Amino acid sequence: MNLDIRTEEKDHRNILYVGGEIDAYTASQLREALLPLTEKDGTNVIVDLSGVDYIDSTGLGIFIGALKSSNSNNTTLKLIGLNSRVKRLFSITGLDEVMDIDEEREEAK
Amino acid sequence: MSDKAKDYIEMKLPAKAEYVGVVRLTVSGVANRVGYSYDDIEDLKIAVAEACTNVVDHAYKQNGLMALGCSIYKDKIEIVVSDNGQSFNFDDLKKGLGPVDGTKPIGELEEGGLGLFLINSLMDKVEINRESGVAIVMTKFLQRDEVEQDANGVPAPTNAQKQ
Repeated sequence: MNLDIRTEEKDHRNILYVGGEIDAYTASQLREALLPLTEKDGTNVIVDLSGVDYIDSTGLGIFIGALKSSNSNNTTLKLIGLNSRVKRLFSITGLDEVMDIDEEREEAK
Repeated sequence: MSDKAKDYIEMKLPAKAEYVGVVRLTVSGVANRVGYSYDDIEDLKIAVAEACTNVVDHAYKQNGLMALGCSIYKDKIEIVVSDNGQSFNFDDLKKGLGPVDGTKPIGELEEGGLGLFLINSLMDKVEINRESGVAIVMTKFLQRDEVEQDANGVPAPTNAQKQ
């Protein structure tokens, strides 16, 4: 049970495509892929979560960590493609108030 | 209404992160069998996974077990996740329970502590028992209003399907 993680660099943006279930076991894979991206000065990091059908507090914690890192490293972090279940957890926990979240996928625009 | 559980399911697993998904799948299967809606099943999965993650992270210094117990009633399911480890300081865990405070500077946001808050938000009733180790008892009521079921618990066909 692993996460499916793929990165893509285009137009000064780093897009991280994530697929699978983000839980206590898989969260470290997400952290290892995401944190280094947020530390590169001036980068815009976009995380596409359209392949994610489950997330719990461990996963939300990774995004809080990534947000703090991007905030102190002069990068931006944006989450896209959240399904209604995943979006709901960000709303319940109030994280949608502090994070840049866009439900639409990049291609849909 | 009788207060006796119709069925009881129990399972013990190593308290390791890789088994949290197994508990989640089990609860999903049981809740589906009982007749919970898709959204309720997803809520149950998250709440149970949060309880298991607490056991994995806090209960044992070395290896130990986490136990799952599901009592199925006519109108509700009661799920107990327990350990028999060092009784970790639950009060510390409960501190700062609540959603993320959007008015705080980003640098001060906490990365942990959302688990118990989520359990409380997603379940109808949550109790904590600390007699030996920690047991968290979570209840979710069954709403049977969307789909009528026949005596075997099979959803009745909708009008569209009958035609």
